[in-house]
Order: sequence, then structure tokens, then C-alpha cells
Amino acid sequence: MSQTHAHGRSSGKPKLALYWAASCGGCEIAVLAIDEKILTVAEHFDVVFWPCAVDGKVRDIEKMADGEIRLCLFNGGIRTSEQEYMARLLRRKSQVLVAFGSCAQEGCIPGLANLSNREEIFRTVYRDTLSTDNPQGIYPQPETAVPEGKLHLPIFYDTLKTLGQTVEVDYYLPGCPPEAENIWEALVAVLEGRLPERGSVIGKNTTVCDECPRIREEKKIKRFKRIWEVIPDQEHCLLEQGIICCGIATRAGCGAKCPQVNSPCIGCHGPNEGVEDFGGRLLSALASMIDSNDPNEIERIIREGIPDPVGTLYRFNLASSLLRRSRRAATDGNGQKGAAASKLGAVS
Amino acid sequence: MIKGDKNLRIGVYVCHCGTNIAGTVDVEKLRQFAETLPGVVLARHYKYMCSDPGQELLKQDIMEHGLNRVVVAACTPSLHEETFRRAAEQAGMNRFLVQIANIREQVAWVTDDAETALDKAKAHVAGAVRRVALHQPLERQFVPILPRALVVGGGIAGIQAALTLADAGKEVILVEREPSIGGHMAMFDKTFPTLDCAACILTPKMTAVKNHPNIRLLTYSEVINVEGSVGNYRVQIRRRPRYIKEDLCIGCMQCVEACVFTRARFPNPFDRGLGMRKPVYIPFAQAVPPVPLIDPEACLRLKQGKCKETCVVACGDRGAIDFEQQVIVEEYQVGVIIVATGYQIFDPSVIGYYGYGKLPNVYTALEVERLLNAGGPTSGKVLLRDGRVPKRVAIVHCVGSRDKKYHAYCSRVCCMYALKLAHLLKEKTGAEVYNCYIDIRTPGKGFEEFYNRVQEEGVHFIRGKVADVSPVPTGPGENGSSGLIITVEDTLLGEVRKIPVDMVVLAVALEPQADADNVRRMFGISCSTEGFFLEKHPKLAPVNTASDGVFLAGACQGPKDIPDTVAQADAAAAKALALIDAGQIELEPNTAWIDEEMCSGCKTCIPLCPFNAISRDEERQIAVIDEALCKGCGTCVAACPSGAAKQKLFGFEQIDEELEGILSYV
Repeated sequence: MSQTHAHGRSSGKPKLALYWAASCGGCEIAVLAIDEKILTVAEHFDVVFWPCAVDGKVRDIEKMADGEIRLCLFNGGIRTSEQEYMARLLRRKSQVLVAFGSCAQEGCIPGLANLSNREEIFRTVYRDTLSTDNPQGIYPQPETAVPEGKLHLPIFYDTLKTLGQTVEVDYYLPGCPPEAENIWEALVAVLEGRLPERGSVIGKNTTVCDECPRIREEKKIKRFKRIWEVIPDQEHCLLEQGIICCGIATRAGCGAKCPQVNSPCIGCHGPNEGVEDFGGRLLSALASMIDSNDPNEIERIIREGIPDPVGTLYRFNLASSLLRRSRRAATDGNGQKGAAASKLGAVS
Repeated sequence: MIKGDKNLRIGVYVCHCGTNIAGTVDVEKLRQFAETLPGVVLARHYKYMCSDPGQELLKQDIMEHGLNRVVVAACTPSLHEETFRRAAEQAGMNRFLVQIANIREQVAWVTDDAETALDKAKAHVAGAVRRVALHQPLERQFVPILPRALVVGGGIAGIQAALTLADAGKEVILVEREPSIGGHMAMFDKTFPTLDCAACILTPKMTAVKNHPNIRLLTYSEVINVEGSVGNYRVQIRRRPRYIKEDLCIGCMQCVEACVFTRARFPNPFDRGLGMRKPVYIPFAQAVPPVPLIDPEACLRLKQGKCKETCVVACGDRGAIDFEQQVIVEEYQVGVIIVATGYQIFDPSVIGYYGYGKLPNVYTALEVERLLNAGGPTSGKVLLRDGRVPKRVAIVHCVGSRDKKYHAYCSRVCCMYALKLAHLLKEKTGAEVYNCYIDIRTPGKGFEEFYNRVQEEGVHFIRGKVADVSPVPTGPGENGSSGLIITVEDTLLGEVRKIPVDMVVLAVALEPQADADNVRRMFGISCSTEGFFLEKHPKLAPVNTASDGVFLAGACQGPKDIPDTVAQADAAAAKALALIDAGQIELEPNTAWIDEEMCSGCKTCIPLCPFNAISRDEERQIAVIDEALCKGCGTCVAACPSGAAKQKLFGFEQIDEELEGILSYV
């Protein structure tokens, strides 16, 4: 990476920024999965900001003119005040802001924490886990007085929001993480200036089944099976074998990678074009496949086969779904309930 | 910000519905509110929007004010959506740019509270306005009606409907489960109150069915599957093997004569088990088609593979007998369906104290019909099982009817057939006949007169419910045979009477066929609590069903006598004819369609469609909806995981906007 210049000495090349908010970091690795093409990227872009890989300072970005960055690939959801600040900053400075990967696009796994609030999360993380030794019950505080003065930590929000719920996003690149070939496609598209309609998802307008070679017959399910229960038949539709494969509801573009290796699709590409609520869609499709008219039997089939409905149906998209979060009293950045909390908007 | 057309000119009309709506909802305030909604250029209220002046107002406004969307806040769309769509169309607007906000059933009728009513009415109007803004003009579509009818059931109802349709030049497929058409009427001796011989009036019709060039008669056959919808049903019919080829048999009955069983020794269900038949038999002499059949449970050749096959020899060169016949399934396409599957009689053996099934001389009325019938097992002689002629007969009314333990309803025909049997039994045997009744119900043409006549003939009437039928205690009875004693409280005399009789006739209820539930599901018909098929409207659509193009005739819809059955059959035929002769029917405008790019061919929707309208295009690997079959139920749209199945008038965006509109005022 020695050829890239984080300080943005003008090289005439379009500027590229990458940022990592509330996410696991897999998206950062995914960028490198384009292999040697990363050199081509460096050839055509001036990487001005990529905290994971390149030394760079926020103040340098702050000093830039608005729109000076040609392209920003932003991964991760918005969980803290710092992330929100960075999202707003990079939005302002970038011509094209891409919500990169499932977390930025729809919240992903961190979004499942919307089933809890800040206080519960802190209690678990800083007190209740077995490996935590915190007898005084000290939680992170936004402001801490020390002899040298006051220290600040970002405020931890009650609700994880997607990038699109925070700032205007130009494009969405789905996936957990996005596939190398799609990343490359997107980069080339930006360089060549052939971009689709603003606000659109870069991908296909159909679902994973379209790319899946498995044989489909009839979807009638007597029992949903967990993946550890069976070694699935290699040739037939996994869902028809009772394994919940989210491919029917998940946007295509991944090449049906998971089903091809006998693993069900878990839905990381999010819903198809025009579908607002992935989980709701998948739920009504699954419900229609249950092969019974007896309410008790149906209840049993669901209870035994789908012990974690939210984790199954909304694994990647709870934060962006119509549900957004559990309906529980939200707390503010300091764990306070009440007026301050409502300003943050538990349910936006 | 309202979505939709930029040049929206929405008119909102608030109907008072007399005081139905205006009595609860402040229509002026609602009008004022509507006027403030984005896109609305005009809002009015009017006493009766559905009246001619109301519709005229709408039309005038569309033309004068250039409205391009209309919301009518009135009663349920199932009542007047068509009215307002038509009015808009007459004013030059596309009829699907009209939306109804139901503020009567959903608002005014469910609360007395004016304030909440106004709020809810506002929410409905706001939802309708936001939704209609996204409506697109749609074209009306029509499908042709196949000029061919399926009539299910070959009793008098089915026969009558089939003949009426066939006489009008339409092709009819008449399906009968039994080996012969004729149904229950063919079992009867005489009919009330005119005492016409049932066979004399029925058999000409049966023969007419057989000979009619427009009727294809499929006996010993059952409908097993129905697909499609009005105008174009595909029905599968399972045909059981007769083991005698219908097209080769001439009905000479030589095979029956020649059967190795020289004596008939198998109970004949047509004679309610009172008569016997051979393994090769014809259910009754006038059966149509006049073709015998072989009972595989009784025939030695079919059962054991070994027989002298004297029947084959007797048939000779005709070669009509075919032991290799198999069940076959035939498929037909029809435009309309008349369901005339009739009834079954109540099984009185469940009422222990009447002794039916245990005491040999306790009969059902239908068994007595067979005894009285000249073509029956006793050639019309009324003989008890021990061969005696009964001298004293009790007829018990309301067996299984008007009894909460069995059927709460009145079976309508029992009083009259009991009176008829009383008359016939007395006429044939000279017996003393006791009619034990709860109420005598004779509300029909000539019925009361017939009742008077039977009374004058000396039939005894006892007002009371029979509590018990017992054999005469041991000891020699009259002529050394055991008789019966009935116990009945004579409520007019106020005393319990015990009457010795030789024969008890149970006037059993009419009830739905045992498989009525499967049949109604197959044809998409609802049923009433007692299980009879449900007409679309009890008064104004008595032969229609919830499924367009499926009509009802006869006792499958409820107990009724022959004249009523025939009248209903003709009514059903007329309705079917009206559809066929219209030549086409308008499709539901809100059909589903597949966004081909979005469809991944996952096959979720295909088995869900109740109308079998969806198939998979194997080449393109996508689902395809046959618009002519789609009824717009939305099942596939709700289930489609990829959002590829969409519905006209129920687009996701339209629904979302309507919800947003409603929720923003809740």
C-alpha cells in the first residue's frame, strides 16, 4: 500500500475512502478478496481514508471540500455517536456513498441487538458474562473526569440504525460480506461512470433460487429440520427437504454459493427489489408450505422447527425491517429512560 | 407528500345513507376534512350517493371539474362499488380510478360515539385518497364461457336441469354415482298429493336423458377433481367398471338369466336390502342406461377367477362382457356446473327405542316405498318380513327431524309422505293406520286437501311423540306371530297409549349426503350449519353459490319435495343458460401477475393457487399466471417470497399508501 497517499496529495486520481462502523470487519477483508485487482484499484484511485489498512486522520477528511471524495465504501451500521458523526462527515465529503455489505445496508447481526436496549446490552457485556470481572459495576460513560481533565467516549445508542436510516445513501452493495466479483463490478462501474439509478441496490432483481441449480418439485413441509439434524440430499431443493433455506426470498447475485455447498441460504443479500420486509415475506411463504390444516400440528411444526423466529427470518435485516426493534422502553446514551431517550427515537 | 400522478384531481363524496351514516358521522366535518387532503380538488356530501341524482352529481363533477380520481365514502364496496365504477365510466373516467371508503359497516354501524366515528371516518377517507392516487387505469377483461354444462347427480333434480339445458341446445355432461339415474324418486311408488305413479312420470324423463343427443350420460361415475373457474372448468370423472360394455350391450338381460347363480341371493341396495339380486344385475327394471353390471364382490369370475362364464356364453357374439374393465378417469371441460347431489335418509338405528335394525317389522319409509312399488321386491304387495299382511300399522313422524339430538330442522316432506304412505297402506291392506305426529305440516298446493282426505279415509291421528317400540311380551301373539307395541303420549287426550301393531314405519329425516363435505370443497361451495349446501343468498340468489358458475338444484341445498326440486333445477338451468348465452364473463380486475425478471421460479406459489391458475414455464424457469383462471384472491401475492407475484389494484405501494393514510389519522 505504499503507493497510496493517505494525506491526499493531489495525484489527479479520484479519491476513495473506506470506513468501518458497527460490523465485524469481514467487509474489510472482503475488499482484499478481489486479490491482485487491489493493485489496479490503487492505480486508479487515491485511497485517502481507510483506517483499517492505511494511516489517516479524521481531521484531514474534515478539511476536505464537500464532494471531494469520489467514492466511499461504508460498512457497518450506526450504533454510536461517533459512527453517526463519521457517516454524516463522509456523506458530505463523498460524491458517491455506498452502503457496503449487509450491516450498512440492513443492520445485519448487530441489528439483532435491537431486540434489547442499551442497558441490557451493557449489563450483559460489562457485568453478566462469565469472563467479566466488574464487581463495582462500572459501565462506559460518555464523559469521565480524570485528573488531567475530561475524557469522552462516544454515546452508545439504544437502537442500531442502518446507514440509509442515518444519511442519504447512493447505492447499496448487499452481502455478508459482498462477493469479490460484485465489489470489483461496482468499482469498475464507478470508474466508468455507468451507475444505475441513485438509491438502487447493485445486484439482481430476482432471488437466489434463480442461480441455484437444485431441482425443485413441490414445497410441502411436514417438519422443518435444523441443519445439524440431517445431511441434505445434494440435488434437491433444500427447502423441500425441510431445511429453512432463505434463498426463495433473498436477492440473487451471490451465485447461490451456500446452497451449492449443501448449506442453506441464510439471507445475507436481503430482500428482492421492491420488498420492504424480508422476514414478513419469508414468513408468509414458509407458512404457506406447511403441509397441515390442523392448527395444533401447525403450531407444533413451527415451534419445533423454528425455535428462533427472529434469528431465522430477520437474521440480517431486523434493523431495516418494518419491525425495526423490539417494543421496549428505550434508554438514552447514559441508560436514562425518558425525555432524552425519546429524542433519540427508539423506533424511527 | 402524496404519491402518484402529479396532476391529481380527486373528488371525495360522503354519502349520508339516509341516517345510516349521517346519524353517527358528522358528514359536513368529514367533507371539510376531505377537502384539505392533498390531491383533493372537491368534496361533497349527499343524502344517497347510490341514487340516480347522487350518481348524476358524480358524473357532472367528473365532466365539469375534470376529476381524474374519485373516492366515495359510503357503504361496503360489495354493495355499490359497481354502481360508482359504472357512473364514473359513463362520465368518461376509467372505472378503476374509483375507491370506496367504507364508513357505514366499518364506522357508523359499529359505534354510537360521534367523535371517534368522525376520527375513524377521516382515517378511512385519508387512506382511500392516498390509495386512489396510485390507481392506474385498467382494462376490463372478459373470458368466454364454454357452452357446456356439467350436472352432478342424476336424481330428478339433475335430470330436469340436464334436460332443460339440453333442450336449449347446450351440451350437458350428466354424472351419476349409481349404476342408473333416477335417484330417490325412482324408488318411490306414488307421489304426494296427486298420487301420480312416480315411475310413470319419471321414466319418460330418464329415457329422454338417454336419448338426448346433447346429453352425455356417465353413470357409475363420480367427479373426483375440479380445476379452473367459471367459463372454463376442467373436471375429472372417475368411471367405475361395469364389466359390461355400455356401447355393445343391448339390455337383453340374457346374461342375468344365464348367471351360474340361478337364484338371486345378494341384497339389492336399490330395494334397501329387501330384495335380492344376482352378481350380474340391473338395479331396477326401468334403469337408465338399461345395461346390467357385475358386482365384483359377488361374481365368481371376478372374485375367484373361476366360473363357467355362462353370462359370456349367453351374450354370445355381442361380446359385451369384459372382465378386464378397469377404473378409468376421463377429463372434460365445461363452462358451468350444476350440483344436484341430493340427500340421504337418516339412519334411525341410532334411536334405540324405535328398535330399527333389531325388530324386523320396523321399517323406514323408503323401505315401505319399495314394498308398495309394483317393481319392488314384493311386486307391490305389502308383506312383512314373515310374509304376513299387516293389519295394524303405526307411522312415526319426525324421526331424526325436529329433534335437537339429531337434526333440529324440519325435513319438510315427511308429513306429506307419511300421509301418502298411510293412504297407500290402508288402500292396499285395509289395515288400521295410526299416524303419530308432533305437528302436521301441509303448506303446499293441494296438501291440506290431501290431509283432509286421508283423515276422511279413517286413518287415525295421534298427536304425540312415540316414546317406545317394543315386541309383544312372550306368549302367542295374533296368529302366533310376535307383534309390536308402541307407546305414545296422546297429548290431545292427555294420556299415554299403548297400541299393538304389526308394522312400524319411521318417517325418517332427510340429511346431507355422507360425503357432502368433500363434494362442497371440490366445487367451492359453502354449507349451512346442518351441512346442506349454501345458496349465495337465501332469498335473492337461491340457486347461486359462492363460486361463480356453480349452481345448486334439489335437496343437496336443503330438504324439498319433487315440485320444488324440479322448479329449482329449472332455475339453476336458467341461470346456467344465462351465463352460457352471455357468451363471456367479466374477469376480476384485480388479478395477479408475475414480474418475470423478479421471479426465480422457486415454485412456492404453484401449489397454493386455489384455482390452479399458476404453472411453471420450464423453459424460462418462471411462474406463469393464467389470467383467465385467476380470481384475484391474492394467495400467491402474499406467499411469493421474492415479491414477483403482484396484484392489480392491490400493489404493495397502494396498500402501503392506504395504510399510511389510515395510520396517520389514528
